[in-house]
Amino acid sequence: MTTLSIEELEVQYQLRDKTIRAVDKVSLFLKNNESLGIVGESACGKSTLGLAIIRSVPGGKIVNGDITLDGKSTLKMTEAEFAKTVRWKKISMVFQGAMNSLDPVFSIRQQFEEILQAHDYRGDRQKTINDIIDSVGLPPTVLDKFPHELSGGMKQRVVIAMALVLRPSLVIADEPTTALDVLVQAQILSLLKKLKKEGMSLILISHDLGIISEIADNVGIMYAGKIVEFGTLQEVYSNPKHPYTQALFKSMPKIKGEPELISLKGTPPNLANMQTGCRFYDRCTHAMEKCRKEPPKIKTESGHVLCWLYE
Amino acid sequence: MEEILSVKNLKKYFVKGGFARQKETVRAVDDISFSIKSGQTFVLAGESGSGKTTVARLILRSIEPESGDIIFDGIKITNDASSLKKIRTECQMIHQDPYASVDPRMKIFDIVREPLDIHAIGKPSERKDLVFAALRDVKLDPEEIASKYPHMLSGGQRQRVAIARSIATKPKLIIADEPVSMLDVSVRVGILELIKELQNKHGISFLYITHDLSTARYVGHVISILYLGKIVETGLINDVLLHPRHPYTQALMDSISEPNPANLQKEKKIRINEPIETDVYQGCRFRARCPYAIEKCKQEPELEPSGDKRSVACFVKID
Repeated sequence: MTTLSIEELEVQYQLRDKTIRAVDKVSLFLKNNESLGIVGESACGKSTLGLAIIRSVPGGKIVNGDITLDGKSTLKMTEAEFAKTVRWKKISMVFQGAMNSLDPVFSIRQQFEEILQAHDYRGDRQKTINDIIDSVGLPPTVLDKFPHELSGGMKQRVVIAMALVLRPSLVIADEPTTALDVLVQAQILSLLKKLKKEGMSLILISHDLGIISEIADNVGIMYAGKIVEFGTLQEVYSNPKHPYTQALFKSMPKIKGEPELISLKGTPPNLANMQTGCRFYDRCTHAMEKCRKEPPKIKTESGHVLCWLYE
Repeated sequence: MEEILSVKNLKKYFVKGGFARQKETVRAVDDISFSIKSGQTFVLAGESGSGKTTVARLILRSIEPESGDIIFDGIKITNDASSLKKIRTECQMIHQDPYASVDPRMKIFDIVREPLDIHAIGKPSERKDLVFAALRDVKLDPEEIASKYPHMLSGGQRQRVAIARSIATKPKLIIADEPVSMLDVSVRVGILELIKELQNKHGISFLYITHDLSTARYVGHVISILYLGKIVETGLINDVLLHPRHPYTQALMDSISEPNPANLQKEKKIRINEPIETDVYQGCRFRARCPYAIEKCKQEPELEPSGDKRSVACFVKID
């Protein structure tokens, strides 16, 4: 049982002479046993947002805002306190491309033991490891193998099991199916669906609207560091409000239905020199004069949209 | 309609291992035949390791096939200079990664001009116009872009440059190997539209190689599904994708998640089994994962016509 709320979060990367505002005043919430999907294209800040939640943004800094977990601010904790009580114990993460980060010279079992050791796990370690590897649908023989002996799908399951081993109540999965073959992708997805059913909360970060629709109760659409639209899956998918969300749906080739597509003009803006006003301005078909000013946050049925159209 | 490319019984085996390990033969492409009609887009779809890129390399003869024929525009491609020159000017390739397929130290103008120089197409004085025309064809502004370097462009623009380079020699066939899978969702459609437009404008045929069936449906006319070096199903794109008959095609279709809010409540069912240990080269290659496998599947199924311009290599053939 977890509630997570993110308020006005700002994360920046400092380059020599530029500041990249990867996450800019993002507010989100995640209620008990719900799952959240973050959709966005590359470089929109979606991974940074995930990393900020576990307070590990390499090279970047959380400059503003707050994150509360079960009513307690995690950003106000000291690093030691956060590492001891929250990271991996309450919130863990499956990093993007994590299956390639398994250590080639240790067996899978040794890598699990290392996690338990680092977190001072008291209890039957071997049983815990066996249980968790079973829950991701792998046979126990996998434990005594080395990463190179496993297929991509198996490695991805191992990495998911590692995120689950301390039984966190919230797991952040950053593009957990990318770089896997289609059939394996679908299997990982049904695994995540199963884990969700068993009570795990999930934040799923992906560029794929289809994958998000399998898991997420609520969806945030991220564009250039901002959550431009947020709401229930039902509302965002059947009645998208922000022109970017609408364009995203129209530009996705579908298997069923009409293969009529409308492409989006231009490319996402550079996060290093952002103009004021709506970030979608240059590519938006509805752009108006007042869009040069920062768009207001309009309340929708189940969430919000950042757009002048609905003022 | 005339056939631009026809591939007959193509085979390519690779030998793996050898040092301190048992040698193992991988049948990357095993007896594949297909033909592409002029002005059409033929899709070769499969997962990684299915041999789809190997087919592309065999057509352009960057590797030698074990056996089989490649007939391009009525001419059999062999190792003699004239047929190699024909295929390498009139058949071009677009690669997956636009960050790796263009030389970072060359200006866009030189990148697009290079194939013209290599194949001595047009008088040197005319080549500038040819380059500009190619850039205009891919919706890039030549004045603005010609003197830039690749790092100054976005992924979508780079892929357009790669396409401009491929159409500069006025090819009859373009092999596009996953041309949009490295690009962002919002720029993908632009590239797919461009492929369609070039086809209409110049009558170019495409061999579109992909693992992504939804983009395949958008650009393709005919599709072949490849599994471990064999074509398992082939036919008109809507027939195959909307009513798949081979169990592997069905599993692929099951695995696609369309953006539909109804997915949330549904269980995701994929019609495959956990793989069992079999010798993949004995009988049907999908047998190890197939939920419908019967005793007969231990024999090799042939690709046989199953009505509506379609062929399926399966003894069970489920509708």
